[in-house]
Amino acid sequence: MATVMPDKAAPGMTPRTRRILMKTALFLGLALGAIFAGAPVLWMLSTSFKSNGEVFENPPKLITENFSLDAYTAILTNGAQLRFFLNSYIVAIAVTVLTLLVALLAAYAFSRFTFPFSKTINAVIVSVQAVPPITLVIPYFGLVVGLGLYNTYPGLILTHMVFTLPYAIIMLTAYFNTLPKELDESVKVDGGSSWTALWRILVPISVPGMIAVGVYTFMISWNEYLFALSLTRTDDMRTVPIGIQLLMGQHSYEWNQMMAMSILGSIPVLILFLVFQRRFIGGLTSGAVKA
Amino acid sequence: MTTAPADPIIKQDRVPPSEPPAPAAKRSTVARRLIPFGYLSPTIVLIALLMIVPIVMVISYSFRDNVIVQENSVFAGLANYTEVLTDPDFLAAIKNTGIFITVSMVAHLLLGLGFAMMLNSPLLGNVTKSLFRVVYVLPWLFTIAVIAVIWRLLLDPSGVVNYVLNALGLIDQGVDWLGSPSTALWVVTFANIWSGYPFFMISLLAGLQGIPGELYEAASVDGASPWRKFVHVTLPQLRPVIISMAVLDLIWTSQQFALIWMMTGGGPLNSTEMLSTFTYKLAFSEYEFATASASAVIVLLLTMILAFFYVRQQRER
Repeated sequence: MATVMPDKAAPGMTPRTRRILMKTALFLGLALGAIFAGAPVLWMLSTSFKSNGEVFENPPKLITENFSLDAYTAILTNGAQLRFFLNSYIVAIAVTVLTLLVALLAAYAFSRFTFPFSKTINAVIVSVQAVPPITLVIPYFGLVVGLGLYNTYPGLILTHMVFTLPYAIIMLTAYFNTLPKELDESVKVDGGSSWTALWRILVPISVPGMIAVGVYTFMISWNEYLFALSLTRTDDMRTVPIGIQLLMGQHSYEWNQMMAMSILGSIPVLILFLVFQRRFIGGLTSGAVKA
Repeated sequence: MTTAPADPIIKQDRVPPSEPPAPAAKRSTVARRLIPFGYLSPTIVLIALLMIVPIVMVISYSFRDNVIVQENSVFAGLANYTEVLTDPDFLAAIKNTGIFITVSMVAHLLLGLGFAMMLNSPLLGNVTKSLFRVVYVLPWLFTIAVIAVIWRLLLDPSGVVNYVLNALGLIDQGVDWLGSPSTALWVVTFANIWSGYPFFMISLLAGLQGIPGELYEAASVDGASPWRKFVHVTLPQLRPVIISMAVLDLIWTSQQFALIWMMTGGGPLNSTEMLSTFTYKLAFSEYEFATASASAVIVLLLTMILAFFYVRQQRER
């Protein structure tokens, strides 16, 4: 929008001044946008290096005299906090591996076979994505308690898959559809089964697609809040998002530690995103727009 | 567990050599038809367990009383629905959710489009472009729990937002943004806008890059101003993306729970109560699982209406 305004308002200008004006407006817009997006993050970072007494100092300073890593040390030397991280890693990695395995098999079926009800089954899988978690959490509570999985890793891993599986199946099916069928049919001509074709041919060349899906799956599970809150009870089973909330409840004034914990808890996702940015955004937009 | 279905598939695929040819061929076609279902079986089991069974359960809970917490539940007819639908808190939650999702969606769209168009400008070099893109995507990379604590820190009565507004002369004393019923809903919505616009931006940027350059060239030949190009080329070309993003956003935002729960818990005085927090409180704070189920079923029905529009829109494309 910023690029449009000055141009429209200045019909009589020379192309050169017009271009300079447009560029100025553009960079002004970009700078404002960067403040809007980045300033809160910068403030979180700055607060994590302060002593707690300096958090609400007036006037506020970005870097204070007592600049230190104390808040980080406090989190990283506290067994209870480290447990939240361990739990989040265990759950998110298990969800990623299981989702990829199950979705791989399903995507193979959708991409390479024609069978009755395939459209119906596919429609059900797509519609799972629209079911509100708040509707599911009540029966999940009943189910998970009934199956003896309340306050356990399997209870969380299983329920997180309701979010990750549909997306993974849709994305991997689309990925398989881009690979020529002749590849796996050559295996069948040689007498191999469809199972051999999947693992010998399709899986090795689908690694890029599986990485994109895996990264997204990990992020969903790492960030999940409602099920982690409702289906676990004791502190030793809590994941990072709940841990951040617990920190808020227990020491409501330890803002520096809350910010340090928030940053530490965001690092895995930030790294995954920055490393796989291109592939991930491409996959995500095609998923959102076409799926 | 997930590799278990592998065995039957391999066995089905191979015809035992000792069998007479005719029945073996027959069996092999039947077996071949079953192969895709073998691959799908883990998915079918999981979807049944994680979606179909729970939805049946929550619907049956909603017509009963004393579910989950007590052993003998009794049939209650529509009593739970009447209770929910006449609860003033529920009606407040509907209104708040409506405001929250509509304002968020419009703001997400405007910000997403604005940022995407700036990033798509030919005046930007590639390095500048990717640098700003990373900065703009930042809010989206933090989990909702982190978003909630960041904004609680910034919006604290003695926090930095009040300091800046005070310095600019816009307010003369610290405002308790989250603690006052007249502002809480708006700042929660603002935090949601901040955390959600990058997804629109990314999708719209992809959409902008997909618009053929000839369309703009043709418009230039006709002497169209940049504004007319925007209205007559850009917007119509982006229309399908915009509509699907808007409906998806309404669905997602209506499901937002963590942000509100951690920023205000639905308060003060129900001013930020949403359908999700209302339902959660009934179930997990008051242990009224049957009434909560009725509320959850209503949420499901409302979502299905939105999803119906989404699917219809996708079909039209």
